[in-house]
Amino acid sequence: MEVINITKSYDPDFVAEVEAESEQNVRLCYQCGNCTAGCPYTFAYDIPVSQIMRLVQAGQKEKVLSCRSIWICATCESCTTRCPNDIDVARLMDVLRHMARRYNYNAVPTVRTFVDSFLNSVEKHGRVFEMGLMAAYMTKTGRFWTDTDLSPKVLPKGKLSFKPHRIQGRDEVAKIFERYKEQQR
Amino acid sequence: MSEARTYGYYPGCSGMGTSMEYERSTRAVCEALGIKLVELEDWSCCGSTPAHTVDHVLSAALSGRNLSIAESMGLDTVITPCPSCLTNLKTATHRMENPEFRSKVDKLLDKPAPGGVAVKSVLQVIFEDVGPDAIREKVVRPLDGLALAPYYGCLMNRPPEVMQFDDPENPTSMDEILKALGADVVPYGLKVECCGASHGIAQKDVVTTLSGRLLDLAYAEKAVAMVTACPLCQMNLDLRQGQINSANKTNYKMPIFYYTQLLGIALGLPEKELGFDKLAVNPAPVLKAIQEPSHAAS
Repeated sequence: MEVINITKSYDPDFVAEVEAESEQNVRLCYQCGNCTAGCPYTFAYDIPVSQIMRLVQAGQKEKVLSCRSIWICATCESCTTRCPNDIDVARLMDVLRHMARRYNYNAVPTVRTFVDSFLNSVEKHGRVFEMGLMAAYMTKTGRFWTDTDLSPKVLPKGKLSFKPHRIQGRDEVAKIFERYKEQQR
Repeated sequence: MSEARTYGYYPGCSGMGTSMEYERSTRAVCEALGIKLVELEDWSCCGSTPAHTVDHVLSAALSGRNLSIAESMGLDTVITPCPSCLTNLKTATHRMENPEFRSKVDKLLDKPAPGGVAVKSVLQVIFEDVGPDAIREKVVRPLDGLALAPYYGCLMNRPPEVMQFDDPENPTSMDEILKALGADVVPYGLKVECCGASHGIAQKDVVTTLSGRLLDLAYAEKAVAMVTACPLCQMNLDLRQGQINSANKTNYKMPIFYYTQLLGIALGLPEKELGFDKLAVNPAPVLKAIQEPSHAAS
């Protein structure tokens, strides 16, 4: 078992930041393990969600923000629904992702690229353009073979448009993103 | 059932593309059940999962624009077929009850987001406002003998404080609707387990593992088809069923229906309006059993 000396590595600012942004009291977690027991993603995680909770309590910023789990969590709300102390664990995982972006951690680049491609598409067209999103994702990741096996199944169905469904108010949507980015600076 | 009820309708982006059969069958079924849908004019994307994984205020603002449209159209309730849109619209409303959060959201918007617009899923409205008993009376092509696995997906009912509909661990609304259509609903213990969500593209093994488990159980319970209420769940289970089969060395050919498609067929709506031709796994063998209920029941 890994031993962490928290007298040296405890980061109180990190704990305060997580608590403020998530509006959750992480000290309420008593490590019952219910979140991990119900989490469908534990098999793909490097750190199970209950251990992430413990590491947040122990102020282990580097370890938490550099892990893969926070990118793989799909916000299925199982942990939040089952927490006996009503901690919104899924919201906390979301906040850890926000912080990982802010502090330039990027443990699973494909997930981040997918998310960014999705939002770029919304910013540009007002609605997500599925075909354009896939093209952008493949170009940015260099993964040109992504889901090409699905093309013969999906294209004849006429479900995927080759053109975006642009809305009249796309400038309004673009402005939401603009103001958001200005605030981040 | 009383006279037609009117709701603001938010189709969601996938309804314009990969889940167009859900969108089409939702409209057809609502019309048949006396639910009047008024589409939000020039609605925009709710940001789906990507927005809230980047920032909660940004996510709420993207929902806020759509809630404003509803308000300006004089609509007090917005309904949507998509659980991801639903969760974003409802979570935004829920979080904006906090004035500090609300003021941050309003700073991103042209005009402040409204507070009084209610948000519900189409499933909730069909279940609560029409109800299984009224539906049973309208069935002209019963789904007699069809063994179906009801799969709700993770978001429709969770977390309960926000979603305020059905049971977060063992929802039964869709079960009750399917039973009213005459179907046999198999015991399905993974009703709210996640299918792998949007990781199909970036982390495919996550989807083949989790959706594979869902298919394993439906098969073990001798279901002839699965029934979903979520565009992403449907896509993972249906379109990716071949990828799941190759990854897990299985050979499933399990049709994955939207509950609105089966509701529509039982109400006697034309199959063309329900978009069965858009499904990846061929639904013909199961649809044939509906047309010949005496054979299916034997």
